[in-house]
Amino acid sequence: MATNSSLRLALLAVAALVAVAYPIVSGSSGSFLTIVWAKALPVLGIILLLQAGQVSFGHAMFFAVGAYTIGFVGRAMAGGELVLLLVAAAFASLLAGLLVGVFVVRYRYIFFGMLNLAFSMVLFSMLEKFIHVTGGSDGLRIARPTILGEAMGRAQYETILYYVSLAILALALYGGARFLDSPLGHALKAIKSNETRVEYLGISARLVLLVAYVASAVLAGLGGALVGAIQGIATPDYAYWVRSGEFVFVAILGGTGHVAGALAGAFVYEFIRSSAAAYVGDTWQMTLGIVLLAVILFAPRGIVGMAADLWGRLTGGSARAEPAPEEADAPDAPAREPRPLRIVGGGR
Amino acid sequence: MSHIIILAVLDGVAYGSLVFLVAVGLTLVFGVMRILNVAHGSFYALGAYAAASLGLGLSALGLSPWLSYPLFVVAAAAVGVVVGGALERFLLQRIYRHEEALQLLVTFAVFMILDNAQRLIWGVQPYFYSEPLRLLGNVAVAGITYTAYQVVFLPLVAIAVLLALRLFLRRTLAGAVIVAVTEDREAATAIGINASRVFLLTFVIGTTLASLGGALAAPTTSILPGMGADMIVLSFAVAATAGLGQIEGAAVAALAIGLGRSFAVFFAPELEVLMPYLIMVLVLLVRPEGLFGKATARKI
Repeated sequence: MATNSSLRLALLAVAALVAVAYPIVSGSSGSFLTIVWAKALPVLGIILLLQAGQVSFGHAMFFAVGAYTIGFVGRAMAGGELVLLLVAAAFASLLAGLLVGVFVVRYRYIFFGMLNLAFSMVLFSMLEKFIHVTGGSDGLRIARPTILGEAMGRAQYETILYYVSLAILALALYGGARFLDSPLGHALKAIKSNETRVEYLGISARLVLLVAYVASAVLAGLGGALVGAIQGIATPDYAYWVRSGEFVFVAILGGTGHVAGALAGAFVYEFIRSSAAAYVGDTWQMTLGIVLLAVILFAPRGIVGMAADLWGRLTGGSARAEPAPEEADAPDAPAREPRPLRIVGGGR
Repeated sequence: MSHIIILAVLDGVAYGSLVFLVAVGLTLVFGVMRILNVAHGSFYALGAYAAASLGLGLSALGLSPWLSYPLFVVAAAAVGVVVGGALERFLLQRIYRHEEALQLLVTFAVFMILDNAQRLIWGVQPYFYSEPLRLLGNVAVAGITYTAYQVVFLPLVAIAVLLALRLFLRRTLAGAVIVAVTEDREAATAIGINASRVFLLTFVIGTTLASLGGALAAPTTSILPGMGADMIVLSFAVAATAGLGQIEGAAVAALAIGLGRSFAVFFAPELEVLMPYLIMVLVLLVRPEGLFGKATARKI
């Protein structure tokens, strides 16, 4: 195992080195990769919630909160300062996450997913309706902020955004992995197995879920702020439910068993999206749908799961962490009773 | 003032009737199969496009526009049976054993595919087909002139569907079988009920209702991409407000949300789009299982 983990560490170091060196070597500002780093953040948030078995179909709302926050604060400060803007975005999405979270953590499964959806639609239509504040469907322009007091040229700004996004993502991935390995993270996973038993242990399942929810909201908010900063505009589309679905899609694509799934998923997704837009033109949405179906049906553990299998085969089959859910219940087992909807707090 | 109130009521009833048709299909599918079909709104859009295409074909052939009414039903059933049936048989049957999150995502993927297919087939230009609306003329309700199609025909269809569903589920063998599978799938299978046939039948009925809603909505609105995406969220709001799986409740919730929306249009236009969600959130705050839903016991 020692060689195994040191090999893995070496691979990680090489990947990090490539990511850091990319803009210097290629000479471009790597805006494709910047988007990947930024979009991996909300996906990581979704992965955190998926540990508890909960899917949010509304995390685009925090994405939009982040983007609009830097738009508004930037406008109020005539340009603004990137560091300050990001802090403001994180704080705003933390508040929004707390506000919505207190309400939605009382619900599970479909209700959880769809209540998130409803909240994001509320935000979406508000962003669209209150034209005098938000600019309506034309969106809110985000001026290029100064960075640590320095005004930047376009290329320089993009290069710095690349590194800022990369650094935030690296921190988030590390923090996410540590969180999932902490007692709180294990309690989160236990909610998925059996919530009632978690409560019998004296742990408040709602509180655990709320912590994860707020964390995921902050991640989505930071992602939105970064994408907004890159694209220079925030539109109501940022909060649209299809975008939330996209985040969940990317999480499943990457693999929900590991935080690295966020990065792998975001990279492959953006790659498919940009090449599908180039090669298949107006059927890219259909292409994505088919890819999603294929992943769910044939590789339910996502890219990271497939990589782990491959890795296990290469190194002698020891690294396989858990059996695939497909094999956990054999195909010829009697059909499982559809799980009854458990509405916590509903049994009063 | 009273004029505005009557107008809002009429608007709300017309809108609520359409929403009910779509939402009841969603709630029926969920009640029986425990699957929330995100692609349900796509069937609404497919129904609308199919109806408009057939209707425009009718005009092009110079046939009587009255034929559009039976044609609407044909279009809805065709979409429900062909697309809905194929979807259940070839895709959903494979995922009943997966966890709920994945089931939700499968239907989301289907939504993406169907949404794109619509754009490919019908393009992005809006379609208009208001012929059937004009055929029925106008009626005056308490001094307000309104199209008979919207305030008489649509509510009548909604009531007919509600009564038919009630009769079907309570009084026929096929309905009793569906209820049996809903109550306890294992026991139903044990006494010889073919659960997967029941699922297929339910899904086809549900998607047919969605596309019927779309077909009937076709004359009242412009048909454009994105209409399905909005409808799924709305019909979920109705189904959740009522309590998922509650058919009669869906009628009440659809009417409440329809009225809430139309009153918002006249008295607080900024809140128009928010209204359905506000109603839903308020209801769920007080009753987490919905207005008519039953709380389920916790299992250890």
